[in-house]
Amino acid sequence: MDLPEEEFIYPGTRACAGCGMALIYRIALKALGAKTLVTVPASCLTVLHGMQGFCSTKVSVYHTPFATTGASASGILASLEDKGLADEIIVLAFAGDGGTTDIGIQALSGAAERGTNFIYACYDNEAYMNTGVQRSGSTPLGVRTTTTPEGKDVHKKNMPKILEAHGIPYVATANAAYPLDLFEKFKRAKEVKGPKYMHILSPCPPGWGYEPKDTILIGRLANETGFWPLYEVINGKFELSKPSKKYLDSSKRKPITDYLKSQKRFKFIDETTRKIYEEYIEHVWNEIKGRLENQ
Amino acid sequence: MTEIEEIKTNINEDLMILTGNHAAAHAFRQAKVGVISAYPITPQSPVVEKIAEFISEGKLKARFVKVESEHSALAVCCAASATGSRVGTATSAHGLELMYEMLPWAAGNRLPIIINLATRSLGAPWSVWTDHSDFITIRDVGWIQFMCENNQEIYDTNFQAFKIAEDPRVFLPVIVAYDGYILSHTMMPVKLENQEKIDEFLPPLKHHINLSDITQVKGIDPVTTPHVIKRAEGTAPGYYEYRYALQKSLESSIDIIKEVHDEFARKFGRSYGNGIYKTVQTEDADTIIYAMGSVASQARVAIKQLRKEGIKIGILSLKLFRPYPWDDLREFFKNIENVIVFDRDIGYGYEGVLSYELKSALYGLKDRPNIKGFIVGLGGRDVTTEHITTGVHRALNEFKQGLSTNKTDFLGLKLDELYDYDESTYFTRG
Amino acid sequence: MTDSKKDYQKILGSVQKPVIGEAGETGTWSPKKPIIDLSKCIPVKSRKPSCFNCWLYCPEAVIMRSIPPKIDLIHCKGCGICMEECPVKAITMEEVKSE
Repeated sequence: MDLPEEEFIYPGTRACAGCGMALIYRIALKALGAKTLVTVPASCLTVLHGMQGFCSTKVSVYHTPFATTGASASGILASLEDKGLADEIIVLAFAGDGGTTDIGIQALSGAAERGTNFIYACYDNEAYMNTGVQRSGSTPLGVRTTTTPEGKDVHKKNMPKILEAHGIPYVATANAAYPLDLFEKFKRAKEVKGPKYMHILSPCPPGWGYEPKDTILIGRLANETGFWPLYEVINGKFELSKPSKKYLDSSKRKPITDYLKSQKRFKFIDETTRKIYEEYIEHVWNEIKGRLENQ
Repeated sequence: MTEIEEIKTNINEDLMILTGNHAAAHAFRQAKVGVISAYPITPQSPVVEKIAEFISEGKLKARFVKVESEHSALAVCCAASATGSRVGTATSAHGLELMYEMLPWAAGNRLPIIINLATRSLGAPWSVWTDHSDFITIRDVGWIQFMCENNQEIYDTNFQAFKIAEDPRVFLPVIVAYDGYILSHTMMPVKLENQEKIDEFLPPLKHHINLSDITQVKGIDPVTTPHVIKRAEGTAPGYYEYRYALQKSLESSIDIIKEVHDEFARKFGRSYGNGIYKTVQTEDADTIIYAMGSVASQARVAIKQLRKEGIKIGILSLKLFRPYPWDDLREFFKNIENVIVFDRDIGYGYEGVLSYELKSALYGLKDRPNIKGFIVGLGGRDVTTEHITTGVHRALNEFKQGLSTNKTDFLGLKLDELYDYDESTYFTRG
Repeated sequence: MTDSKKDYQKILGSVQKPVIGEAGETGTWSPKKPIIDLSKCIPVKSRKPSCFNCWLYCPEAVIMRSIPPKIDLIHCKGCGICMEECPVKAITMEEVKSE
């Protein structure tokens, strides 16, 4: 267990019991350490930090309006560079999927294009959870949310691919259920110069419809069914992460129905959509195989 | 001495011939702004171009973040200011409107950010020419707002703006505005000051937030409830108290604005009225033209003619638009008989903003002046001497008849030239 | 200018300082609390730092990496993740009656 013991989040936050994001944030800060400045847009994470006067973190946090996370991180970094402190202090942008794939995508794209030396971590709970479970660009097909009561009719935006297209030196997917892998990825990102993007699956008990104790189980199922492959793209080179390697073999993957049955949000998924999921997973892994063979 | 010789002896090496945009850029350079983030927009683009030139020539050591939109531009400025740097940006019209979400954010966080605004009319329809509509749309979010009449004033006001914004009794963001094209692109003499003198006037920023000092862990602008939160570790104000502090600081900043203006005047030998407004021939005037920016500049020409007609007329050119100088304006106007307001803007659905704000400021005075407002020069339509004299004559006439209205009266429209225009038939006709 | 500040001069922007239990005693969110059976717990049995899955997976940072692992019951929200992730099923969630 080579994770440092020091905690950067104090107990007694406002996060829900069993919150995937809380675990992700805890592990991320362990990897990055005390010399970190965090910027957070409107999100569940804003709430975790607390109300006026008193916060739950041991690092300074700058809250910023919804659309501005990428720009806010650029601003913090610019000031640090101006003061000559950019080599000492890490700039971390931590946003939800709504603030990344939808309203925040412009600022993130701009920051990535400018080669901003920061880490952007998107914790993906696949909907606007803070405002009560409305669909976002990151909500998967067929999912029931308050604004898609019959199930979302279009696919999820592939943010890691979009960021890869920006040509940034480090893109990774991660999962709250694999904290050691997450820790290692943040540690690796810390050493890279330039924009770093992490897209992290964040199971959400109230939003996804399962019991809080199953957060890790469900996150693990996402990987075991092949739905959420863990990988890194380092300077354009694709690397499948250890917890996902065995699922290259489709026979090792658990049936997607295991994942779909575990959460109430998939309740309306019919036969047709389930088949689309199976095809989608086949397609994703064929693509992964192709990338590994051709590079 | 001949006129030429007199000019030659008065020529100063530091006297440059600069556009308003470049004057602003020089001010940013000499104020040693640490982080600049800007996005091009007509007619402000030369500001950011000049700044980029300064940085590449090593004349300005700053981080210039070339953002992908104005919304991000102000977001970068806010974050950089909170991290502890002196910051600034420049924009116009729709750029300012796109920044709108961040304007109350900057004011609420008490960030000393400076925006240079080359004023421009708001679409629709598209217009790149000047009027004051963009300047007035942001009047309620909590920024200090200045309007300039010439390029030297742009340069000087920028330094005063930084000093006011960063004063520990103030800590408020400031907009320095000047007319697009009329000032932004017109070259005028501007005396650039000695850098040492500027440094004496404008010391380095001591930010009240300064996140770059990570030994002090701070959370900045979290969700703030309506309640005051009391616990063992301390007490925290509610939203209402934070906003009360913002309003009261704005109100009390007027004294500091005057203080800084006077200090600048003593040090550099140039003053702009009392720092709040400038007056022209008002000592014996019973009739005042009330305007700002390019309109006031045109009025300076118009009153020569009006004075010849025997009208005891003067000008009050407003420099400080926000915080509204209620006390100063009441004091000035309480003995004035007639006020003619020329607005290069409209508070749509009501009337010109300068006009109705003045009327509300003078409410309660025992003897109120007659006030009439005119709309001029929207979308860059030239404001001519004739418009101003026509307006003054019409207003004085209406005052004699005891008429008073809030209905907008436009000067300079060309409706008579459109006698055959009808949009419903525009596309069908041959 | 006097040294005494006016009330509004003492208030600038909304700021926070770190505290434990910002949301109060979040342990009250659930009557169920994790109880560790020390006879099964791996670090207790081996008497050296090992496993500590409960510490690793706790989203609230309320479990300490001590032998035996100590849980801050004042702030534990009773989510039950530690119970699920313990490899030897040493943790059960039980209703803890407050004295």
